[in-house]
Amino acid sequence: MITKRIIPCLDVKNGRVVKGVNFEGLSDVSSPVELAKYYSDNGADELVFYDITASAEGRALFTDILCQVASTIFIPLTVGGGINTVDDFERVLNCGADKVSVNSGAIRNPKLVEEAARKYGDQCVVLSADIKRVDGEFKVFAKGGRENTGMEAISWIKRCVDMGAGEIVVNSIDTDGVKKGFDLEMLEAVCNAVNVPVIASGGAGCKEDFVTLFNTLDKVDAGLAASIFHFGEVEISDLKQTLAQNGIVTRLI
Amino acid sequence: MIAIVDYGVGNLFSLKSSFGSLGVDIVVSGNEEVIRSADKIILPGVGAFEDAAKKLRATGLDAVIKDEAAKGKPIMGICLGMQMLFDRSLEYGEHKGLGLIKGDVVPMEGVIPKELKIPHIGWNALCFNGKSSKLFKYINEGDCVYFVHSFYAANCDDAVIATAEYGKELTAAVEWGNVYGCQFHPEKSGKVGLAILKAFCELEDE
Repeated sequence: MITKRIIPCLDVKNGRVVKGVNFEGLSDVSSPVELAKYYSDNGADELVFYDITASAEGRALFTDILCQVASTIFIPLTVGGGINTVDDFERVLNCGADKVSVNSGAIRNPKLVEEAARKYGDQCVVLSADIKRVDGEFKVFAKGGRENTGMEAISWIKRCVDMGAGEIVVNSIDTDGVKKGFDLEMLEAVCNAVNVPVIASGGAGCKEDFVTLFNTLDKVDAGLAASIFHFGEVEISDLKQTLAQNGIVTRLI
Repeated sequence: MIAIVDYGVGNLFSLKSSFGSLGVDIVVSGNEEVIRSADKIILPGVGAFEDAAKKLRATGLDAVIKDEAAKGKPIMGICLGMQMLFDRSLEYGEHKGLGLIKGDVVPMEGVIPKELKIPHIGWNALCFNGKSSKLFKYINEGDCVYFVHSFYAANCDDAVIATAEYGKELTAAVEWGNVYGCQFHPEKSGKVGLAILKAFCELEDE
């Protein structure tokens, strides 16, 4: 049977891995290549790289680092951040990325999802959605969670899946950085609406949060986190043992 | 030397890097002479069957691969490259494959339980079902590899050397004489994947 995936996420700015708490207050953590190798050796099933650089120089540096990572480790790589055109897909795919994650770029131009899916296949297009509750409704936020688009999140996700998004990263702004567990209510709403893999993001604080995630929501395929892995609070190999003890099947190495 | 067939389908970066990390001499080429002079051939591929089969035929390399296979040269198809080794595919119509292994490529839809997502994407365990293969000499039954596919090879029981359970036993790897195929991506399957590529590199001509 297919195993549940554990995915560390690396936010990269100017060639270094950083992680914000609630998207603000970045702190330098480590080298992307070293961290990627460490995670790959210790059981990560996939890696996500978000390029949070704003400048052209930073983007070029990111692309260069991605090539280094992709020639060092041999597990699936997803790249996001600054993906606005099909050319941006091409740029990161040529550096060894397997999937490309779109967020603000898709909000600005939803056709991007359709065009990229047609050119590279649905499996290549990941929709990343930053979602926050506003007056009791799930709303899609853009620009790293700073701007409310006014769009209702579930219908936005369904629309993107219809256009060819092959996987959804659900990032709850409400639980991100709080470390009190994943946003089960939000994730359940997404899982019930689509039939493509759903990756939970935002809120993991300890191993038990992953156990609760997979035991509560069987339809969630993967759990994604950053700081708890980067700061060594949770070791992936250790997390997978705990999941196994709770009857959750993962890839053990 | 190992030749990775370049016929304009898919991204060969990771495949190239993974052989590179094994210290194996490789060449990525669409040139007939280069491919003929290689000791072994890798046929990669992602995307749609019809498009890939057309592109391969347009280069004339389909005949080269068949010819080299007939000479006993080890050949391995990966993902869509594996599917192309079969007689035909029923992916959106009916399309002819290389016919190096008897069997059909068919959709998972309608065959696996409805609640399972398509594509079959992620890490899944290999079952050997009592079969053994030189390809697996460095790995164990139960090891996980990375899959991304919506169609699978059927009616090829004699050639199947590994399956993966996803609502039913899906063909994960095949071997027919000197012709091998992996439905999963060894170049994305961590150490297990590299160990499979290493074993392929160590095969002798039949």
